[in-house]
Amino acid sequence: MNFDLNKKKLREVNNYLQNIDRKDNKRKFELSNPQGQHAICAGLKDEIDVTIKGHTGYYCAGMNQKANIVVHGNVGTGVAENMMSGKVIVKGNASQSAGATGNGGTLIIEGDASSRCGISMKGINILVKGSVGHMSAFMAQKGNLIVFGDADSDLGDSIYEAKIFVKGKVKSLGADCVEKKMDEKNINELNKIFKELNIPEEAKKFKRYGSARKLYHFKIDNLSSY
Amino acid sequence: MKKDLKEFRTFPSSVIREIHRAANEGIYKIRGLGAKRKVPDFDDLVFLGASMSRYPLEGYREKCNTSVILGDRFAKKPIKLDIPITIAGMSFGALGANAKEALGRGASAMGTSTTTGDGGMTKEERGSSKYLVYQLLPSRYGMNPDDLRKADAIEIVVGQGAKPGGGGMLLGQKINKRVAAMRALPEGIDQRSACRHPDWTGPDDLEIKIQELREITNWEKPIYVKVGAARPYYDTTLAVKAGADVVVLDGMQGGTAATQDVFIEHVGIPTLGALRESVDALKELNMHRKVQLIISGGIRSGADVAKALAMGADAVSIGSAAMMALNCNADLYREDYEKLGTEPGFCHHCHTGKCPVGVATQDPVLEKRLNPIDGGKRLKNYLSTLTLELQTLARANGKSDVRNLEPEDLAALTIEAAAMARVPLAGTDWIPGFKNN
Ligand SMILES: Cc1cc2nc3c(=O)[nH]c(=O)nc-3n(C[C@H](O)[C@H](O)[C@H](O)COP(=O)(O)O)c2cc1C
Ligand code: SF4
Repeated sequence: MNFDLNKKKLREVNNYLQNIDRKDNKRKFELSNPQGQHAICAGLKDEIDVTIKGHTGYYCAGMNQKANIVVHGNVGTGVAENMMSGKVIVKGNASQSAGATGNGGTLIIEGDASSRCGISMKGINILVKGSVGHMSAFMAQKGNLIVFGDADSDLGDSIYEAKIFVKGKVKSLGADCVEKKMDEKNINELNKIFKELNIPEEAKKFKRYGSARKLYHFKIDNLSSY
Repeated sequence: MKKDLKEFRTFPSSVIREIHRAANEGIYKIRGLGAKRKVPDFDDLVFLGASMSRYPLEGYREKCNTSVILGDRFAKKPIKLDIPITIAGMSFGALGANAKEALGRGASAMGTSTTTGDGGMTKEERGSSKYLVYQLLPSRYGMNPDDLRKADAIEIVVGQGAKPGGGGMLLGQKINKRVAAMRALPEGIDQRSACRHPDWTGPDDLEIKIQELREITNWEKPIYVKVGAARPYYDTTLAVKAGADVVVLDGMQGGTAATQDVFIEHVGIPTLGALRESVDALKELNMHRKVQLIISGGIRSGADVAKALAMGADAVSIGSAAMMALNCNADLYREDYEKLGTEPGFCHHCHTGKCPVGVATQDPVLEKRLNPIDGGKRLKNYLSTLTLELQTLARANGKSDVRNLEPEDLAALTIEAAAMARVPLAGTDWIPGFKNN
């Protein structure tokens, strides 16, 4: 089923996709002419496939649950923010805060992602095939940020228990973020993610970063990092 | 013979003690509740009452409406509260589940709303709250679209009066298994909440964020924007521009669960001045009463509520006082206050997790000290008292609706309050600093 966002209001389209008639067999949708509108496909909650043909504005696929959404274009700030489950694939580049606070599901960005990618992430898997901007995985709590390219400065600042994997160069690590051993267990875990997503990539080429856990308690010794 | 002692004005004993503490510990003090210093407040205003030119209404006989509708600017389902006194957002984590449930019970019994906090929505509070406002905070702990849809309104928290510009903290002793799981964090760590939202900065972004939240919730829920009293005139203007249905303004006296003492006492402006600035902004935009204004920060009595409404607020919100109705600072379990190094009436130890009366704790033994049903009744009684006091004052000023109270019903007792509230100093027609005077 096709929706032309030049002809139909976003509210109507979102409303339709948010309230899928479960008896109906329609499960595949295509949205044309998104023209950078904001909150396209925000709040979807069913297992449906949506293809968006063009660029989207802020919060595309925001708070997604279960839906598979593919954007054939670039996305604005906060793509898949606070996603719970499902899969979002961006064929182009992503602006700031991609996958911010995501709790679950998978976000794949085939191009680059700007600053604060994976900020405060809470369990989501984010794969960026290009590079990520500064302060990515800031205060990241849980989940995996996997970067095939490079990471800009202050990666993983104040990180909690999320894991960061980077294949390329890391300009600098943020407060309390350190390089960690990439052991068998981590290699297997990462290979499993690649396999599930049919991504031909080798985990052992990646370095792993995570929390030194020194900021977990307010202590005088850590003052310079607060 | 009496010693001839003279205290230093610049270094009174409390200051000397703090210098000694700082020299020993090397780190700032963290504590709970609001500012302890004296600032101009509602006590510095009085109502004029009725006279020859204003007729009072008969107490108990003539109706005095207290209901208020919040969020009818854009939301399809605005909420109608029976009283203009709401319960402020206080996180599960800072408060125990029994306290959250008690707040829900008390508020619901009076037909008003309660609010989640930094830590998500618990089933106890959703179950016990007739109207529940769901907060979207920078940390996004526990945020999920199912709860968003279950909420009756959504409150985007930009700041709090106790710490405009500061993030939250919850010390490790309060992060038990359930709190940790809701926040997706390890148990027992000192947890910091971000001070800025992760996916928007500034009013233009906020407008888009509001649009997203409305899209996810079918444009049904009123959207509140909560700001600490930093620059209320501009913040109110920008919140209205961003599309808020309701502005929540929290003055510097506002309580907190845990913040640096230096922040609580030295950042933000008093509720009195903040409220007037915010009302000015709404009036200039011709949005007064169209975008509702909820004021908080040091509201204790029906007199405070009445004065806030007279100055132009549509409703008030209470945090510390609601906790006190649940027995915060009550003279019970004295020995446990002493263990914390304090006494009933002086306690601000919410951050420790060892609340002697079971309000601000996750300790199962302490939590049992607060029965949610009894707590709910106490809060209901307290809210009922505030409402009766409010109606009494409104009738005395000849008003059949509490929101008909107006600045002209007020006089100020101090020059500071006259200037901040922009009402004349009692016995004069002088409003300091007011250009048209
Ligand atoms: C224990 C406690 C916890 C609080 N937690 C939050 C919170 O999670 N989110 C928030 O916006 N404000 C929080 N606040 C601030 C209140 O929402 C409210 O702004 C303040 O308490 C109002 O001032 P009052 O305490 O003088 O009534 C908290 C306050 C207290 C006392
Ligand atoms: S009595 Fe409990 S709720 Fe009240 S200030 Fe002390 S610790 Fe906080």
